[in-house]
Amino acid sequence: MPPPALTRPATARPRSLGELYWAFTLLALQGFGGVLAVVQRELVERRRWLTPDEFIEDWAVAQILPGPNVVNLTVMLGDRYFGWRGSAAAFAGVLSLPSIVVIAMAVALENVADTAAGQGALRGLGAVAAGLITATGLKLMPALRSNPVGYRPALAVTCLTFAAVGVLRLPLPWVLAVLGTSACAWAWFRLKPSDERRAAPQQPEAPTP
Amino acid sequence: MTSSLDGSDWLTLFVQFLLLSCLAVGGAITTTPEMHRLLVDSHQWLTNEQFVASIALAQAAPGPNILFVALMGWNVGLNAGGGLASGLVGWMTAFAGMVVTMAGMLIPSTCLTYVATRWGHRNRELRAVRAFKQGMAPLVVALLIATGWILVRGDAASTFNPRTVAVALISMLVVWRTRVHLLWLLGTGALLGAMGMV
Repeated sequence: MPPPALTRPATARPRSLGELYWAFTLLALQGFGGVLAVVQRELVERRRWLTPDEFIEDWAVAQILPGPNVVNLTVMLGDRYFGWRGSAAAFAGVLSLPSIVVIAMAVALENVADTAAGQGALRGLGAVAAGLITATGLKLMPALRSNPVGYRPALAVTCLTFAAVGVLRLPLPWVLAVLGTSACAWAWFRLKPSDERRAAPQQPEAPTP
Repeated sequence: MTSSLDGSDWLTLFVQFLLLSCLAVGGAITTTPEMHRLLVDSHQWLTNEQFVASIALAQAAPGPNILFVALMGWNVGLNAGGGLASGLVGWMTAFAGMVVTMAGMLIPSTCLTYVATRWGHRNRELRAVRAFKQGMAPLVVALLIATGWILVRGDAASTFNPRTVAVALISMLVVWRTRVHLLWLLGTGALLGAMGMV
């Protein structure tokens, strides 16, 4: 359950599209191995554009929707402050300079990558990256305890999906269509309509620009 | 590695990434098994090494992890355009590869997010919204674990390297159980690899 809604409103907001762009650029450039932790520290703790509560709720929506979570969150927040122009500014902020940096790194490392040491370094990086991503999955597992289908059935769905995608290498659209639809239908069936009211703390809508 | 992409191949690449964007529930990284099938197994637009290196470098670089898609596109373009050694054509083709994959990966999900945001924010407590989120949760977990597995395992033809698996397992345990900064892990992995120990 999310913590009760805080009464403290976000105390600040970006004053201009430029500020929004640079805030997201700086935030993205600090994010090694992922940006989520930096988003929380910069926007909630430092700039106070969001309360912790707003952050958790927005993050949930960014995760529900398909696509990269951080980009989704960026588009949502930009829209809230400045409409579609805010979305565009924040989107450009989180992607433009970091893209150039990552391509520059790839170009700089291109010749290095042809050497035995370079090949080895990339193999080492790849192995660690594989561990990071797997750990992210493991860290999310406890969240399944509160799943409406129950912990064990949820883990069973996880195992089935892993077998289908990781071992049998079945195409993702089919796996999502069959297992995803079944799991969502199951969750829908287990969620009582009466749960709807207490699912979330009541909170005033964010002001529309 | 070189490959040749004609107009219909570029279109296929773009359309496939448009589809992946719609499927990327839980983040773009969850579609990497499908990307591997598409780019490495089916079309041979990327080698397995390039595929893994794209993800590794995007993890090591600052910025959102979605930039691994930009690097994959860049490498597809490099292979198709003869590399940076072939001058302007090589640069332009690599850049085109990056734009095609990133546009494909981001246009559908970003538009959907833009349109659905207020609706989603208002209807968070709806049974259908919660059922979707909760129903997908076990799949999201599985896709993350499967991605790590596929990165270690490579394609079906590659040999099983116990030391690579060991490094992946150790870094998994460290990230899972401690708060060590990710840069230390990535740096250690690169160093061990450079010394030929992975």
